[in-house]
Amino acid sequence: MTENNHFDAIIIGGGPAGMTAGIYLSRARLKTLIISDGVLGGQMVLTHEIANYPGVESISGYQLSNIMKKQAKTFGCVIKGNTSVDSFNLEGEIKEVTLSDGSIYTANAIILTPGGRSRTLNMPGEAQFKGRGISYCATCDGDFFTGKEIVVVGGGNSALEEAVSLTKYATKVTIVHQFDHFQAFEYAVEEAKANDKINFIMESSIVKFIGDDKLESVEIENLKTGEIQDFKTDGVFIFIGYVPNTEFLKGTLNMNKWNEIIVDSDMLTSIPGVYAAGDSIVKRYRQVTTAVGDATIAALAASNYIHQLKTKHLHESLTH
Amino acid sequence: MLYTNLHHLLTAADHQKLINEHENVMICCGRMGPMCIPVYGIMEDLEDEYKHVKFADMEFDNPEAYVIRNAPETRGFMGIPFTMYYKNGKLVKATSSIQSPAQIRTILDKEFVPVTVS
Repeated sequence: MTENNHFDAIIIGGGPAGMTAGIYLSRARLKTLIISDGVLGGQMVLTHEIANYPGVESISGYQLSNIMKKQAKTFGCVIKGNTSVDSFNLEGEIKEVTLSDGSIYTANAIILTPGGRSRTLNMPGEAQFKGRGISYCATCDGDFFTGKEIVVVGGGNSALEEAVSLTKYATKVTIVHQFDHFQAFEYAVEEAKANDKINFIMESSIVKFIGDDKLESVEIENLKTGEIQDFKTDGVFIFIGYVPNTEFLKGTLNMNKWNEIIVDSDMLTSIPGVYAAGDSIVKRYRQVTTAVGDATIAALAASNYIHQLKTKHLHESLTH
Repeated sequence: MLYTNLHHLLTAADHQKLINEHENVMICCGRMGPMCIPVYGIMEDLEDEYKHVKFADMEFDNPEAYVIRNAPETRGFMGIPFTMYYKNGKLVKATSSIQSPAQIRTILDKEFVPVTVS
């Protein structure tokens, strides 16, 4: 361990939770590093307008993220963006993190804020036709499908609401959903059912995307009978929820069956000195404000932990 | 105008000038939406590292962006942003929809190999 690569705390994830922890820790004069896999701001930057962040009337997620980043940097927080974690050791008093470029960093405490991402179907052809017929954003790409026939995958609020909004462009929208009922709120289901342009294929799932230069059809499997039909379509919009970005933590700390990190009221995980906050932890409401709240707790608890560790070492060096 | 920290292209003439004057150019043509913003952010982060590449953006709904929207290479594209890579004024690669940092790095490293002085 070299002095330069040793930090009091390392934060893994650069969304609102990670940046909040960075602001609190560096303001408490603790040497802090944020490692961010993607763009700083996480899913928050994808939000066009945030109107429920107290103290700010209206702001884009992108701008709010830039302010948080500036705040963290002002207090001396070191930020490494677009860098992924290759391996790590969270046990013991000195935690070690190796980045994909081979550089190694150590810290007394770790705060995990990896967030979540949109779930993909993971079916053959999905990556190939992304942007060539497959989309995950109705407001972004809806107008490319004007006068065309499309499929929407999913049964939650986003799927049904976006299906209705896509009827502004498409002549026909077919909702493909894996269950015989929808998880969405009743009003969203009723609105979709009342729309003449919307059809439903229930208890079914897309198993293959087919095309040449662009998407031309999909294979839809009836999950009850196993029967597969070839379904011609110009586009597929996928809205099937979010998954936590916690694959890299599997087997290291306690998570629930949905791979959400289990924490206590101090945001402490099952490993001493390792805290977690934001969308990746077990919780019901995932908002920028709740991420910021969790991360404040995690940062304060972590600073307390680091302080105790340093005091203990000081006592040990004095008594020896 | 796009509120990023990238160099903004406002006209087709700006676009032509940029690709004429720089050997390696990456242009992201999009809106301020969830598929585009991550790409601008990655470009902002990579600007320091890829000094031999000129990074810029152009608003998709700007009529002048026809130079990108109507490029033959974007036929079949149905997802924004349209991201274009030019070498010596010629289009060498184009992608549709959001890309990951790794995907962008792969293209930059392949298409814009820096000249090493021995």
